[in-house]
Amino acid sequence: MDALVLHRIQFAFTITFHYLFPQLTMGLALLILILKTIGIMHNRPVYNDAARFWARIFAVNFIMGVVTGIPMEFQFGTNWSQFSRATGSVIGQPLAMEGVFSFFLESAFLGLFLFGERRLSMWGHWCAGFLVFLGSWLSGFFIIVTDAWMQHPVAYRTLPNGVYELTSFTGLLLNRWALLQFAHNMSGAVVTGAFAMAATGAFYLLESRSVNYGHIFLKTGVLAGLICSALQVFPTGDLQGKYMAKHQPATTAAMEALFKTETGAPLVILGQPDEELQRIDNPIVLNRVLSFLIYGTTSAEVKGLNEFPRDQWPTNIPLLYYSYHIMAGLGTYFIGLMAMAAFLLLRGKLFTSRWILWPLMLSFPLPYIANTAGWMTAELGRQPWLIYGLMRTEAGVSTHVSAGNTLFTLLGFLGLYSVLSILFVILVYREIIRGPARALGSNPESGVPLTVA
Amino acid sequence: MGDIWYWLVALMLAAYVVLDGFDIGAGIIHLLLSKCDEDRQLILRTIGPVWDGNEVWLIAMGGTLYFAFPLVYASAFSGFYLPLMIVLWLLILRGIGIELRMHLAVRVWREFFDGCFAISSMLLAIFLGAILANVFRGVPIGDDGYFFLPLWTNWLPGPNPGIFDWYTLPGGLLVLVALAVHGAFYVAFKTEGALHDRAAKLGRRIWGALLVMTFVGVMATLRLRPSALGNYLRHPVAFLIPCLALASLLGMLMFSRAGRDREAFLSSCSYLAAVLSGAAVGLFPILLPSSTDAARDITISRAMSGSYALSAGLIWWAIGIFFAVAYFVFVYRMFAGKVRLSAEDVDHN
Repeated sequence: MDALVLHRIQFAFTITFHYLFPQLTMGLALLILILKTIGIMHNRPVYNDAARFWARIFAVNFIMGVVTGIPMEFQFGTNWSQFSRATGSVIGQPLAMEGVFSFFLESAFLGLFLFGERRLSMWGHWCAGFLVFLGSWLSGFFIIVTDAWMQHPVAYRTLPNGVYELTSFTGLLLNRWALLQFAHNMSGAVVTGAFAMAATGAFYLLESRSVNYGHIFLKTGVLAGLICSALQVFPTGDLQGKYMAKHQPATTAAMEALFKTETGAPLVILGQPDEELQRIDNPIVLNRVLSFLIYGTTSAEVKGLNEFPRDQWPTNIPLLYYSYHIMAGLGTYFIGLMAMAAFLLLRGKLFTSRWILWPLMLSFPLPYIANTAGWMTAELGRQPWLIYGLMRTEAGVSTHVSAGNTLFTLLGFLGLYSVLSILFVILVYREIIRGPARALGSNPESGVPLTVA
Repeated sequence: MGDIWYWLVALMLAAYVVLDGFDIGAGIIHLLLSKCDEDRQLILRTIGPVWDGNEVWLIAMGGTLYFAFPLVYASAFSGFYLPLMIVLWLLILRGIGIELRMHLAVRVWREFFDGCFAISSMLLAIFLGAILANVFRGVPIGDDGYFFLPLWTNWLPGPNPGIFDWYTLPGGLLVLVALAVHGAFYVAFKTEGALHDRAAKLGRRIWGALLVMTFVGVMATLRLRPSALGNYLRHPVAFLIPCLALASLLGMLMFSRAGRDREAFLSSCSYLAAVLSGAAVGLFPILLPSSTDAARDITISRAMSGSYALSAGLIWWAIGIFFAVAYFVFVYRMFAGKVRLSAEDVDHN
């Protein structure tokens, strides 16, 4: 295998694995804060216990995010040195800011949030939780700013030696692409958190254990899940799709496997793209809907891939097409499932309807898949560019790091991350089986490792 | 402007080594020092609430290097590909060793995590030290500004060196010994009773090795890179830095003997900071020297970002670091004092 492919696989694998953890971190940080707020405002200790239970799972998840996150900061330089050399002035800023503004904040206050409950006042403890939430969402923002610049470069000029120089700091941070992507991404993270919470609640009710907590988890998870699943489609997904169609038209065409320009283009629901014959096999389509979604009118013309030179087509069209369709399909399922559950909740029947508790419990992995597929859509859609329209992927790689050395480290990450996965599953499963009803974490006075509660 | 960022990056590196240094040091002596499970819990507790924040200095420094000196970040990180990847794996193993140990009350798991923590801390010190020594020795930078180093070649610091040679391996061992002493004095400062006594004694014992290694390291560096003295001769006031390093080195031993653990630990902090500043003075204004041709040295002016980016960065950097320091003061005060185990904790889990 040639070195470029291995560098790409290593980055794709390490970032995909890493992002399994922050999406839950960011989603849960908000939900824990909501539980905590209800507990304090309405003086309901059971909500405080619920918050504490999720904080324990949050802690294990957080540490996995930390240890798998450090490689990301390094790999820009180790594996993509030509890219780093050209972009440091621009996207080095948000990456450095992430460390300085978010990671210090998170690492300082997570310990206090987990162990300071006895020594802080109620609202002091709430503030620690809020700062952890703020740190994790800020971190998400800086990363999105970085990615958004690669998707839609703004606020730069190109020097004669090929280096990109920042020209507007605020222009970089307020890149419209970044704001849209941030909104879409963060509500996606809350969907992951909400499904995890609802699934745990459903599990407790199906098992008839920790029933009062099961009710809280289901209520919170279903409501947050419904709101954020809806936000995923409208307005965040809708706006981002339209913005993408405007600035990355080739990507939009490839996502839909629209090989030829059409007026009144259809939306493909199912079907397998055939790149050779330039068609979709076994298509099930909604006529004219794609034109409507992008331009608000059923008769609009949507550019197909035939309008673009072949060397500017995304490099893996079938995978891009499937990623996008998996994301969109699951997103639709999330709204349906959560709307049904919310309806039963309002009628007071959710807690006894085993037929819906089962799919709620089994669906917790699906938001992980949808979030991953969404990121794959964004990043495969950016190909063949590393920086859209400016630098092709092969021009950014570390030329001096050979295929053999890259394969060595890729295999190392595969092995190490397998061990991490197993540990994570064991520890979270144990935490769920033990249940939320435990005494307040002991001995907050002297230091204990962050995640030992 | 570039000069300011040179010293800011050096400052962040020093903060990383001093702060994460004591928790890596605690890991190095973890198995050596502890006689029972309680001891191991206590050692972990001394670093528990702070190690992650300490490690953030490394990440923040990496990001700052990327934005202020993109060429150095690109060249050094891809050139040191293998040792950096190994460092990443060690950081992962170390992180889970510290954090997950207490989650499982199974002896085999606990010993596994203790081993992860101790061994990865040792190797981390050696690899980080060797990487720093590579920077002082110089690397074979090519015309395009890049290089790649295998882990070792013929163990000679010639034109085509590896990461490890007769100069950089002792460099790694110097850092191993320095952090072991640093960690021992930290554990002594944070504990009491028998564990405290053993930690202080162990720190004083390794101190002899640190003295020898420091001397060897300075001599070898001067032989390999006589130009490092240039800045000192031009500005003799800079000789205060090595004097401070020497005074701190002697201070550690004297304070520890006198039972003043806090001062012994602070001396160790100032020793590490002085050695790193001394090295930064010796290198300035070079960020990454070439081992083949001085014209290929990567200097501040060659590597730095444009002045608008650097000025904008200075504003947020100052604000961000102000807050970071405030968090650190807050957290360290919150967890100040000796660590103890309550009866409840002993059979915790």
